[in-house]
Amino acid sequence: MKMTGARIVIESLIKENVEVVFGYPGGAIMNVYDELYKQDKFKHILAKHEQGAVHMADGYARATGKVGVAFVTSGPGLTNAVTGIATAYTDSIPLVVISGQVPTTAIGTDAFQEVDAVGVTRPITKHNFLVKDVKDLAFIIKEAFYLAKSGRPGPVHIDIPKDVTVASTKFEYPEKIELKTYKPTYKGNKRAIKRAVEAIKKAKRPVFYIGGGSVLSGASDIIREIVKFTKIPSVETLMARGVLRYDCPYLLGMVGMHGTFAANMAMNDADLIISLGARFDDRVTGKIDEFAKNADIVHIDIDPSQIGKVVETKYPIVGDVKLVLEEMMPLLFDGIDTERYKEWRDILNRYQELYPLKYKDSNEVIKPQWVIQKTGEIAPEDAIISTDVGQHQMWAAQFYPFTYPRQLITSGGLGTMGFGFPAALGAKEGMKDRVVINFTGDGSIMMNIQETLVGYKYNLPVINIILNNNYLGMVRQWQTMFYEDRLSETDLSDVQPDFVKLAESMGAVGYRVSKKEEFEEALKDALEAKRVAFIDVQVDRREDVLPMVPPNSPLKNMLVFKEDK
Amino acid sequence: MKRVISVIVENEHGVLARVVNMFAARGYNITSLTVAPIPNSEFSRMTIMSEGDPKIFEQIVKQLYKLIPVYKVIESDDFIQKEMAMIKFPLKEVKNNLADIDAIARCYNGKISNVNDKHVVVSVVDRPDRIDNFLKAMMAKYKNLEIVRSGVSVIER
Ligand SMILES: Cc1ncc(C[n+]2csc(CCOP(=O)(O)OP(=O)(O)O)c2C)c(N)n1
Ligand SMILES: [Mg+2]
Repeated sequence: MKMTGARIVIESLIKENVEVVFGYPGGAIMNVYDELYKQDKFKHILAKHEQGAVHMADGYARATGKVGVAFVTSGPGLTNAVTGIATAYTDSIPLVVISGQVPTTAIGTDAFQEVDAVGVTRPITKHNFLVKDVKDLAFIIKEAFYLAKSGRPGPVHIDIPKDVTVASTKFEYPEKIELKTYKPTYKGNKRAIKRAVEAIKKAKRPVFYIGGGSVLSGASDIIREIVKFTKIPSVETLMARGVLRYDCPYLLGMVGMHGTFAANMAMNDADLIISLGARFDDRVTGKIDEFAKNADIVHIDIDPSQIGKVVETKYPIVGDVKLVLEEMMPLLFDGIDTERYKEWRDILNRYQELYPLKYKDSNEVIKPQWVIQKTGEIAPEDAIISTDVGQHQMWAAQFYPFTYPRQLITSGGLGTMGFGFPAALGAKEGMKDRVVINFTGDGSIMMNIQETLVGYKYNLPVINIILNNNYLGMVRQWQTMFYEDRLSETDLSDVQPDFVKLAESMGAVGYRVSKKEEFEEALKDALEAKRVAFIDVQVDRREDVLPMVPPNSPLKNMLVFKEDK
Repeated sequence: MKRVISVIVENEHGVLARVVNMFAARGYNITSLTVAPIPNSEFSRMTIMSEGDPKIFEQIVKQLYKLIPVYKVIESDDFIQKEMAMIKFPLKEVKNNLADIDAIARCYNGKISNVNDKHVVVSVVDRPDRIDNFLKAMMAKYKNLEIVRSGVSVIER
């Protein structure tokens, strides 16, 4: 049967079992929206801004593990989507973003709403396509989904000129796909695995360094099993929170700039670092010349370009974390002497006792960390937690009791303010039975607050907890620490909306909280409200995120709490 | 350190931009670049000469493989390397030395390929380091030369 390009887009998404598309229409993509109108197999959520649409698709993908899909129009539609695409790219999140483009005959003429879309997205996508012939369309869509979710996942962008959506051809959706030039390695090399196992057995001070790749490959269960059996101390990156349970006795906490002292010292003093889908980001390693000077590295990653990129790697293993660990586990369990690591564990436990994560609570003002802990006590254990970017993000990562992977949805690599709320809406759309809570700041929430109307219209009751310090807090903290407290353009105290009224004007419910008792009440109420909620919590303005590795310092030079010095 | 890699890519829209953007985005150098389709196939061969330490080369190769249309990256210490160069001499500079120039050009697999009333054009084909020598010698001896180099092409022995 012959079909138009627009229809082929819709039919292909149905073949991919897409449940929901987040998007925003416009001239160049109108034919696709017209076909969307005629079908009822999947839902469309109309965002208020294309950035919001892409973050929603991203949050949906992070929460469910499925591919997130977004539609945008040409020109400004596409450029508005760029931050969303780049955010997904740096965190390896599978998306398919479909944009309209001016007709092929107009490309290159500076036509109305024309931008070189594939030129713009090339460095922020895993791959992108400009469809020039309707005959290629179905295959390209198939390829896009395959690329997005296979290997190291990532966003894929398809740019479709308007005349291609009008032209028609026979619709045949490929069943299978094989690409000559793209064959990700899933199974690790057996010999490399054996050598790594021997190294672990011989090590005295090993540490599991768990990264976001462990979440993407679904390796949490096997990692929990291995850690429990081997009793090897473990650290998690921001992207890996929840791979181990917060109360796992071998979890030292988060590693890196705002990680725990014990986690960072474990990396610093280890003789073997076993990296599970992590990438030795500068926020983790601190000053690279002084990073883990006495450690050999086992690096398991599906993306070969990550191995040896930052640190010299003695035991490289290219493969999917879960599949590699499945091969490793029986070899590792066979004859491992876990007592060997006891002295090492004792040292690290001592660090944990000496320098635990903490804060000085108060009865006069609300401490942001208290809000996060309290939320952890009140919210159901399986609540999904998203964050924006700033101090509140780090406190959430430090103090929330994460119990399972994919529980934390946060922009780790790009650090995109404005991500948290739309991502939370997308997560809620994908996981209707879960409570979804977004920890945000008074700066970040203003970047995509218009999406409240989406929560209202589509009944996605997400709870926003604004840790309102009346500052761009994280920048303020750096100004205090490294710029002699010159607070250049970070004080927001005279530019605050009335969040309660703002919420109410968009069909949400708002609470203003300035006492501890009020918070508990507000949160319990919001959990029942079945509406988008904003809890504006006035917190201690000058609280700093600690401990902290100052930028470009070695991990061991952590700034700890004043009274611990 | 200079090195040459040969990259086999799918002939498709934007593939050259992908490769070149990757170099630019990551701050790697391209000393020379040649591209042409491989006959009777859907592939093209790009030959890239770049500069950097071995660690950078390892990354270049891995980052190239990460690009979806890249089929194969060939690194070898045993390439046959060839480059073409053309030199345009003002006729009045060389008119008494034409025999000389032709003889030297022959040592570099070349010859005088064109002469008119204003210029003499010599073309040579050889290893890039030998081309360097040839050009150095010519530049030392003659003035106002126009020089075009093709960039290196390689094939495995
Ligand atoms: C889009 C974007 N712009 C700027 C920044 C730089 N930045 C990082 S944290 C931060 C402050 C965030 O303020 P707020 O949301 O109130 O959070 P707080 O740190 O106060 O908890 C800024 C401006 C960013 N990460 N993202
Ligand atoms: Mg703030």
